[in-house]
Amino acid sequence: MSWAQLFFYVFAILAVIMALMVITRRKAVHSAIFLILAFICFAATYVIMNAELLAAIQVLVYAGGVVGLIIFVIMLVGAEEGEVKQTHGQWLIAGFVALLLVVEVAFILLGTLFRPTGALASKMVPAGGNTEALGVVLYTKYLFPFEVASVLLLAAMIGAIVLAKYKLKR
Amino acid sequence: MKILVPTPDLTLLGPEILVLVLACGLLFVDLFIPRDRKGVVGVLALIGVVAIGLITAAYWPGLSNPVTTFSGTFVMDRFALMFKEVFLFCAAITILLSLRYLEIEGISLGEYYVLMLFCTLGMMIMVSGADLIVIYLGIETMALSVYVLAGFMRFDKKCNEAALKYFLMGVFVSGILLYGIALIYAATGSTQLSQVAQVIKERGLLNNPLLMLSIFLLAAGFGLEIAMVPFHFWAPDVYEGAPTPITAFISVAPKAAAFAALIRVFYYGIQLLMPHWQLLLWIICAVTMTIGNVTALLQKNFKRMLAYSSIAHAGYILLGVVAANQIGIQGIIFYFFAYAFMNMGAFGLAIYLRRADIVGDQVDDFTGLAQTHPVAAVAMVIFLLSLAGIPPTAGFVGKFLLFAAAIKAGFYWLVVIAALNSVIALFYYFRVAKVMYMQNPEPLPQPVPGRGLALALAVVCVLTLLFGIYPQPLMALAKGTAHTFMMAFIS
Repeated sequence: MSWAQLFFYVFAILAVIMALMVITRRKAVHSAIFLILAFICFAATYVIMNAELLAAIQVLVYAGGVVGLIIFVIMLVGAEEGEVKQTHGQWLIAGFVALLLVVEVAFILLGTLFRPTGALASKMVPAGGNTEALGVVLYTKYLFPFEVASVLLLAAMIGAIVLAKYKLKR
Repeated sequence: MKILVPTPDLTLLGPEILVLVLACGLLFVDLFIPRDRKGVVGVLALIGVVAIGLITAAYWPGLSNPVTTFSGTFVMDRFALMFKEVFLFCAAITILLSLRYLEIEGISLGEYYVLMLFCTLGMMIMVSGADLIVIYLGIETMALSVYVLAGFMRFDKKCNEAALKYFLMGVFVSGILLYGIALIYAATGSTQLSQVAQVIKERGLLNNPLLMLSIFLLAAGFGLEIAMVPFHFWAPDVYEGAPTPITAFISVAPKAAAFAALIRVFYYGIQLLMPHWQLLLWIICAVTMTIGNVTALLQKNFKRMLAYSSIAHAGYILLGVVAANQIGIQGIIFYFFAYAFMNMGAFGLAIYLRRADIVGDQVDDFTGLAQTHPVAAVAMVIFLLSLAGIPPTAGFVGKFLLFAAAIKAGFYWLVVIAALNSVIALFYYFRVAKVMYMQNPEPLPQPVPGRGLALALAVVCVLTLLFGIYPQPLMALAKGTAHTFMMAFIS
């Protein structure tokens, strides 16, 4: 086992542990903090797989932006004090269904994906890192989706402003 | 490293660019219009949409073959063109229905029309997407605009509930759709439909488990907007709570867009897996029709009843998708035009009944309409006849084509189920006719329709009858579209 593989497994197992902590903590803020840690572990595995841009985005957008928003919401609804506790007794059934899903997905992935046909991200990029490669396809092959995404964000922004700004009454 | 930036053919995107320019322009104009005169923005939007509709129609002669641009991610063909016309038509009629309604409800804002244009733009991109990523982004543009429009009456609890339900379901299902797209990418290494089809053919991935799973996930992802079982639960609540013009809009346009995207992905991307998806859609089709019609029988609220009826109509349209032949596509295109006419008309009548303190969305609100507003009652009967699929209306011709397609493809049992369902549907449509004609009106303040509403109702009513009595022009257009669309499917 190479060092890269060793670190991959360390961070992968850490990520799973952090994810488990997210769903088992009683305090919402604790869950949010473990979520940040889980995202950082994901980012570390991406670095090991030579996807450094994805790792940076993972930290900036998810660990930074998304969890920041989540903590904002926790603060706004005042959930930071109370403890969240599951009151209905369905965790056994839910766990069983989740386990089935995990087994099914693992089965499919092991059956089809993990035959050694793919190449490492770094081998796919003869010149420069994969940041450059991503930039090139974004502005050539995927130019149109890139433009549509900007329209999508504009529509979302207008929608959010409409919902938040005006005082309306019948 | 030398990078070749492709030069896209922007003329193909003419309709999309014009809608975007119109939306942004209106956003700017809106700044200078006082709060009590926002109807002006609506009228400008209407003029723009009609003009864009005419410009879009001018593309027809040059599209005897599909043309792609932007490295094959965007395709303009007759199939996309016809659907774009449906969307623009729906947008125009919805603006007409909205002008007065927004003032009554006190939600007359310029952004309402802008968001509707963004929604239209998203749908136009969806039907022209030749790449799964483009289709997904189109869906999201459409959906985000519709969530806001559905929750436009923020002071109204039901409206909030509608928007939130729609949003949560939509977000959940778009995750499912993305997962389906990811699996297709994992199996074939591409998101572009033509390349996906090619890889499946070359590598013989006919029984690949990833692709099998992706059929389910894609059907679910498109199924939400189509409102097909089991993704129909949101429809009645959203239809009831949303502002009625928006209900009319989402009952037709996003449904059409999702159908078009589903057809393009299934027919062009994973067409070699046809036996599998045909079986899946066969079952969904039968269940959707039956659940929609049987549940519609129990409704007292007119908007909820039309919601279940629209679920049932999604089932009929699935007949054409399952058939996978030229008549099927022809029928689907014809049906969506007919459906736009009749369904928007029926919702328009519900808006007609909206008065100062009466919501007008109960079936009982139609009581005695034949005595107080005979013309409106006749129009309603025409829409109901068309929805039930009885001649001489456009709905009959559309249904006839869909049934013919399924028979030609050999799905006799499915047609039997559809025919039985049509009989059930008669019952609840004619309950509305019964209260209009057989009962006396109660002494209530009478509605006074706005000019926009009257114009919209007149247009859809005339078109419903016209294409019922003389369907040849529209049928010929639909046939031409289906012919060019299916050429690529067979090869």
